[in-house]
Formats: sequence, C-alpha cells, structure tokens
Amino acid sequence: MNQTYYIHSYCHIKKNTVSLNGQTVFYSEDQEFSRFIKSAAIHLETKYPKFYKMDNLSKLAFLASDILLKENASQSSEPENIAIVLSNKASSLDTDRKHQISISDKDNYYPSPSIFVYTLPNICIGEISIKHQLHSENSFFIFDKFSANHLHINTEYLLKNKKAKKVLCGWVDFDDKNYEAFLYLVSESGNIAHSPEEIDGLFQNK
Amino acid sequence: MAKTYLSYNNIMSSLGFDSQSVVEAIENEKTGLAVINNKGLFSQPICASIIDPKHLEKVSIQLHLDDSYTRLEKMMIASLHAIIKKSNLELNENVGLIISTTKGNIDALEATSEFPHHRAYLNELGTVIKSYFAFKNDAIIVSNACVSGLLAISVANRYIQQGVYQQVFIVGGDLVSEFVLSGFNSFQALSNMPCKPYSINRAGINLGEVAASILVTSDENQLADESVELIGEASCNDANHISGPSRTGEGLYRSISKAMEEANVQAEELDYISAHGTATFFNDEMEAIAINRLNLQEVPLNSLKGYFGHTLGASGLLETIIGMHSLYRNTLFASAGYDSLGVSKPMNIIKKTTKRNLNIFLKTASGFGGCNTAAIFKKVRT
Repeated sequence: MNQTYYIHSYCHIKKNTVSLNGQTVFYSEDQEFSRFIKSAAIHLETKYPKFYKMDNLSKLAFLASDILLKENASQSSEPENIAIVLSNKASSLDTDRKHQISISDKDNYYPSPSIFVYTLPNICIGEISIKHQLHSENSFFIFDKFSANHLHINTEYLLKNKKAKKVLCGWVDFDDKNYEAFLYLVSESGNIAHSPEEIDGLFQNK
Repeated sequence: MAKTYLSYNNIMSSLGFDSQSVVEAIENEKTGLAVINNKGLFSQPICASIIDPKHLEKVSIQLHLDDSYTRLEKMMIASLHAIIKKSNLELNENVGLIISTTKGNIDALEATSEFPHHRAYLNELGTVIKSYFAFKNDAIIVSNACVSGLLAISVANRYIQQGVYQQVFIVGGDLVSEFVLSGFNSFQALSNMPCKPYSINRAGINLGEVAASILVTSDENQLADESVELIGEASCNDANHISGPSRTGEGLYRSISKAMEEANVQAEELDYISAHGTATFFNDEMEAIAINRLNLQEVPLNSLKGYFGHTLGASGLLETIIGMHSLYRNTLFASAGYDSLGVSKPMNIIKKTTKRNLNIFLKTASGFGGCNTAAIFKKVRT
C-alpha cells in the first residue's frame, strides 16, 4: 500500500510578520528581532519562561513550531511521534560569532557555557522537543538555499517507514539581522499534497 | 527493500592516514592522544589528538591542494580521495555526497585567519568538496551535534531507500580549534590527561581531530573486504535538557530499542557495543543506565575516545569504521583508559584486546540538544 501524505499546516515568520496557513496572525512595526519575537510570543500566548533564555535561532524555530504544534495538540496525554527535520544556511553562526567575540581578546576573555551550548544548529530541535515532549527522530541539515526536495525525501522516508507519525519540517535561518522561518507539519491528513512543488510554492508565497 | 552496505572507508588521524594503519595502532593499544602545549591553539596545555601538519602537507601537495584550501578541507578531501579512488566509481547523478560536521571551518572566524569569515559557512565547505571531485549532486550537510557522523549513515540510507541515490559518499570531520576548546573548557569538561571513559578515575573529555569517510551503497558489486550491512537504526531525542544527558537515558534507550526492533535482533545476538563514552560523569552514567534498562550490560563494550579523543562530527563515523574492522578481525579492542568501574550500574567494559568471533555490533552516539543515535551492523561475509 502506498500511503500518501499531506501538508497539514504551515507557518512563516519573516519581515516582522508571523503567519499561519497564509493568514497573518501577528505583525509589528518593530524591525529589531529580539523585541519583535518577544512581542510575537506574548501576543500568540507562548507562555514558556525558558523562551527568553534561548538564542535567536532557537527563538525563531521554537515560536514557529509552537504555533503549529499548539494547533495540532491532541486530546490524548501521550505525546505523538512527531519527527523534526530542519535546515538552514547559516547554521548557528549568529551565536558562533558571539562566542568568538568572547574569546578574541585575551585580556577580556569570557567564554560562557550558556552561549557555547547554542553554537550548534540542532539545539533548537532540543528546545522544541523539551517543550512538546517529543522523543522523536531529529536531523538538522545545512544547504546553500531552501531545498524542498531534500526535506521531502527525508520526510517521506520517515513516514513511510513508520519512524514517525508526523514530521515537523522546514527552514529556519538566522544570520546577522536577517531571519526567516518556514515550518510545516506533514501528516496523513490535510488539503495540500506533500510534494516538492507544493512545498516550494508555500515557501515562496508569503 | 534494498539492502544498505558500508563499504570502502578511510580514516585520517594522528594514528595514521588510512583505516588499516589506524586499526593496527588500536590493536596494539597505541593512543593518538598527547599533551600539547601550543599557545597559538590554546592558552593552556591540552590533551588532544591532532593530525601531523607535516604529513597533511605532504598529502596535500600530492593532491594539488594549495593554500586556497583550509586545513579541514585538505583533511576531508584527502580522506575522501582515497575511497573514491578505491571504489573506482563514476561520480554521476546516482552518487550522493554527505558531509558530517559540527563546526566546519569555524577557525575562519578568528581575526588571525588567512581565510575570509564567509568560509565558516558550512555550505561553502560543501561546495569546495563537491567541486574538487566534480560531484554531480550538491553536498548534503548533516550538522546534528555529536551524533552527526552516525546520523549521516542513517541519512545516506534514507536516500538509498527512497531510490534517490544508489551510492553515497560520506565524509566527516571537525578541527581541534580554540573555539571548541574554550567552549568545553568553560563547561570545565576538559581533561588534561588521556581520558578514561567509564572509569572511577575519569577527569573529563579530550578533543581530537580526524577526517573519516565511507562509501554507503546498495550495490553488492561495490563491497570492500570489511563491508557490513546496516540492519537497523534509530535516533530519539531525550526531550529533557539541551546540554545535559537525560538521567534515565531515555533517548538512548529508545534509540537502541527501536534499532534492535528494526534489525530484529535480541540482546544475546549483539556481539559488541561501540559506545559514545566521552568520559564525563553525566554521559557515562546515562549510558550505563540505558544499557542496563535494555539488559545489555553483559555485552562487551568500549569507548574509542581514549584513542582519538572526542572527534565531534566525525566521531560516529570514525567509530563505526573501527567497528567494521573489529568484526572482520574478530577482535574486541580494549577500551583505552579504563581501569575500574565508575558508573552506578554494571557494564562489560573491554579491559584487554581479545580475540572473539564477532558478527553483529551496535554503535551509539549522544550529543548536545538531547540527540541520540543507534545503528546496528552485520558482517556481510562470515
């Protein structure tokens, strides 16, 4: 039997705007990321004190996934098997640069575990997994640009081989002041076919 | 479903520049770790395994790798070159390229670097390696903390099973850099002596650098003498803490148990466990708990960190390659640095290099972000 999969929902965060399934759910005039993401989290009722300790990449990935997973929340107390497949271009370079600055001057040398731990791109997957209690498959990929094709291959494999019931996937990139998140949830139900063409269309549309 | 095999492989490390010589060094219980006092690298002496720069330079000249290539690129290209040559494969559209690394050319961020900062982008590393060999497909870069090297094998399997590629070359590598040393030092996790995984006398981790590469293939005509079949794999998150492993070993427990289920093997069929064993208290204790929850405490187990240190994004791949050779040599390698048990649960740590008939082994890895990966490999020739 050849099961087909669908894009159940999708979320964009870019240009001071958060949107869910193509509809704007939050917009701010403020272009500065940390203020924007904080007001978005308050507005969207992401009540999670740890959020404020995260680095920029994790905040971005966390908020986008929280919007999708909150909407998806099941009635059952048992967490669902939702795999996470994320990708970006800049890896954790935003935080890497901060750690590098902390070790550049021998007379002012202050490397810190709380920064260093975020010098890996997959830490944001850890943050999402902790909040939603996902003991699931996770992979982080680096590409020079968004690749619907690679995300599609990995997601189809995980679903077809019963490694996951759903897959939360997409692109989450933070580099200098530029940021963009496009995450989507793939499952057995939904209205949009899970195909590279559809994924590309959604990525570019908003 | 197609079978997935691990085939031609190479290790470039302080113990040698090919798998054969590295494995022979391990068989003789020789460690690649040494105390290094290099103020240019780190302000205090460290214990690490570092690739000999002179030897790397010699290989680089042979491969026409001039100074437009970074040190890591030279290591990775030299390693990959060896197995592409051995496989004699045409690099057409059916051949994929996966790179596993945590920090890539992170040293390009240093003010004194000869390279521009943008070389620290991992995709640029991918482009350099792709271009050198003229791969038809773009590099897929796996950067998932310390499970990257093992996860890269799982990812290669996905592309083979989905019919995207027939063969995938993986190269894994990371540098011993001030960036990473200062970070682990801020955690007070570095040992200035050779590390002692699972030992009561452990004092923390050592870092190491290697480049390791392997051909993953579904083609039975492309097998090496030491080829193994991937028979089960899984990755599960702890969902507990971003920098500390789960106290119950939850993610590792689930990863191993799912991998065993997929491989359809029972505890008594596992001949050997190549564990992560970083020699930090929390990591080693977590592994002991997971291993006992699975009733695997009798299975001979080692950590190879006492030979290479923690080689980050390469470690899972490096240690899998050693495991393949271990199977065909029917030899359990001693867990370097181990003396007496320093975890709260029993484990069968290999104290002495021993001959034993081996058929199936389990490789595990765990890392920051709560990630864990387990994979099970079986001999192709018995």
